[in-house]
Amino acid sequence: MFGLLATGLSVWGLWLGMFVAPTDFQQGEGYRIIFVHVPVSWMSMVIYLAMAFWALLGLTFNTRLSGMMTKALAPTGAIFAFLSLWTGALWGKPMWGAWWVWDARLTSELILFFLYLGHIALTSAIDDPRRADKAGGILALVGALNVPVIYFSVKWWNTLHQGASVSLTKGSSMAQVMLEAMLIMGIAFWMYAVAIALYRVRSIILVRERHTQWVAELPEVKAHMMKNSVGGAIA
Amino acid sequence: MIWNSWNDFWAMGGYGLYVWGSFGVTALLMALEVVWVKNARAQALSQVASELAAQTNSKDWS
Repeated sequence: MFGLLATGLSVWGLWLGMFVAPTDFQQGEGYRIIFVHVPVSWMSMVIYLAMAFWALLGLTFNTRLSGMMTKALAPTGAIFAFLSLWTGALWGKPMWGAWWVWDARLTSELILFFLYLGHIALTSAIDDPRRADKAGGILALVGALNVPVIYFSVKWWNTLHQGASVSLTKGSSMAQVMLEAMLIMGIAFWMYAVAIALYRVRSIILVRERHTQWVAELPEVKAHMMKNSVGGAIA
Repeated sequence: MIWNSWNDFWAMGGYGLYVWGSFGVTALLMALEVVWVKNARAQALSQVASELAAQTNSKDWS
């Protein structure tokens, strides 16, 4: 469902971005990187906030699903954070003349990428799932302080990275169709993240709840057992 | 339509390497992630199934 939405919106967003949106008068065609760079950057922050939300829920109410959701979101967030840096480097090179600069925006996004990697490493290094969830939850919450730093970095410091083209208070400084394409791509990536995280969390639930009756009665599990026993009989 | 030809489109006004490098790697990583989660699901299913099979077998023996 979310996967279909993500695919459909991507096609629409890419069409608008690559075939309808006009050439930028300053950056030529190079500006089109914006249609992936901005959505992946947004999502890298949104996913971290979602992780912090689940972590808070898990640490205060001790809900079982929270730790699994936090764990399911982290790899997708890491990929988006990496893509933000990657597309940023490919945009920085032709426009600024450098793949990388130690600018506040870039550095804080790099820290976000390391926070994701740290979360994955920490939770998979601890064998007991409950303790892993707790440790991961604390890291997710503390690391969330970095997200507003990324967002406001272009205001707080004098950065090479340009300021926000879209702001909640002032509206947008872009051409209408460019903005539309970017927003549609943003929603498409959001739907992608929802689809993939839900898919991943289902596998995590399955393994963690493997001693329950409902898992044993799941048709997919039964089909797998049949396949295994048939394979065993032949061998 | 803003492009005169497909060549124009792929060249991206001289920024082809940067634009397609961005879009390409993004698409590639997303496609890879879909493969990863599908593999993880298959692995989870077979782990659960083999543990359940081991349990029922040991019950038969006792």
